Amino acid sequence: MTFWVSQSLNSLALGGLLFMLASGFSLIFGLMRVANLAHGALFMLGAYLGLAAVKAGLGFWAAALTSALLVGLLGGVMERTLLRRLAGRTLPQVLLTLGIAFIIADACLMLWGGDPMRLPAPPELSGAVRIGDAVFPRYRVFVIVASAAIALALWLLMERTRAGAMIRAAVDDVGMAQAIGISSSTLFTAVFCLGTALAGLGGVIGGPILSVYPSLDQDMLPLALLVVILGGAGSLAGAFVGAYAIGFIYTFGQVLVPDLAYVILFLPMVAVLSVAPQGLFGRRLG
Amino acid sequence: MPDALTLSDLHVYHGDICAVRGLDMSCAEGAVTALLGRNGAGKTTTLSAIAGLLGTRQGHVELFGKALGGRKPEAICKLGVGLVPQGRRIFPSLTVQEHLAIAFRRPRHAAERVYDVAAMETLFPRLKERRRQLAGSMSGGEQQMLAIARALVTNPRVLLLDEPAEGLAQQIVAEVAEAISELKRAGLSILLVEHNLPLALRLADTCVILSSGEVVWRGAPHILANDSDLMAQHLGVH
Repeated sequence: MTFWVSQSLNSLALGGLLFMLASGFSLIFGLMRVANLAHGALFMLGAYLGLAAVKAGLGFWAAALTSALLVGLLGGVMERTLLRRLAGRTLPQVLLTLGIAFIIADACLMLWGGDPMRLPAPPELSGAVRIGDAVFPRYRVFVIVASAAIALALWLLMERTRAGAMIRAAVDDVGMAQAIGISSSTLFTAVFCLGTALAGLGGVIGGPILSVYPSLDQDMLPLALLVVILGGAGSLAGAFVGAYAIGFIYTFGQVLVPDLAYVILFLPMVAVLSVAPQGLFGRRLG
Repeated sequence: MPDALTLSDLHVYHGDICAVRGLDMSCAEGAVTALLGRNGAGKTTTLSAIAGLLGTRQGHVELFGKALGGRKPEAICKLGVGLVPQGRRIFPSLTVQEHLAIAFRRPRHAAERVYDVAAMETLFPRLKERRRQLAGSMSGGEQQMLAIARALVTNPRVLLLDEPAEGLAQQIVAEVAEAISELKRAGLSILLVEHNLPLALRLADTCVILSSGEVVWRGAPHILANDSDLMAQHLGVH
């Protein structure tokens, strides 16, 4: 029983982190049809920046905020100066974002070295809580709650504000959204900043659990891609359900049948894609 | 009357295919101009080009004397062009209310009337009933009304209507036609593309017939209505 409870909580924590990573990826893809392969690298950069900020004497929360802002800013610059030139050209976009991912990864290696580092959890969240018979790190409970709160805030932004309605309209039909006066240029940059800032924030929040190491990006990006493929691109609900589904499948797969963890991870994706190629919550995007 | 919209020597291409070649026409202020012709004559292409959704390679589009060429669709909308596109193109994941909220823009010019949400709910009472419904789940007629309302709340100086009666039941066509007449009485300048010829002839003040991207005839609707050769040749009506 204890095993199931504590692994379920681990799954929820991983699912929450994956949501922070995949929701931004999915929003960007839905709006601009850009598969931002630098998203995993931006997650890792967020973790390293957070670590650097903590080492420089900032508190954990200030470090998380700073890191999210810096990564979001970098995302905005990427969109304005590079991706914009390749609008509508899928292959060059993929190669560009992949190239950026390599540059970021190498820059991190150069700046922070190749040894794994631990990002300390904030002191007020150290220690453990008892849930039934299970003893569970307090910080993981925080991750579960915080990521759910971020999901709720994103949902409110998308479903209850005028800006969110504009984003959804542009995901549905960007040409038509422009024709009723919505500036797609501003919207693209804003969503790119938001999506990449979330990845950066996810990196810092995930740091104390995952630790910070050079191939963190390569470990996280495939999971985010799986979430988006499973849930459907451009859908926040899809990213939410997909993230927690992958969180559970990956966590339990690794503890129960470690040899088959990746098989178990990709099987449901194959099943979903053969039934609903656009993902569980996705629409066919033109 | 001054011209609301002027197209001169307009050329529009789909890739390498020239769909509109050297189009010259104008729409008088406060009038309904019907753009007619067979499928593929270049009508929708013309409207898309005016709205900025298709690039033009040659020629000019002017709105009340202001050049629209080379501007983005959002800028053209803000200058006063409202588009009701072919196939309606409503946003399936938005409610009726959200469509109108994101499209609404106060008129830039001192206008006699402001088209806001309340005005749209008077014009199309069905939209009021459907306020919170997702547009993707509405009937074709309701979607068409929404597409018209969405264009109107941008408070355009010229409304481009691309086949507003396409695929709608008779009774809905009548409702939509009544709404267009009302807009016309209110003095809105309208450029209408419509395959339903009786409807187009009833609404129009002037007709322009396109064939293979060129103007082949222009004149008053009653003259066209009595010229069966002309209708047979260019509109496929016998």
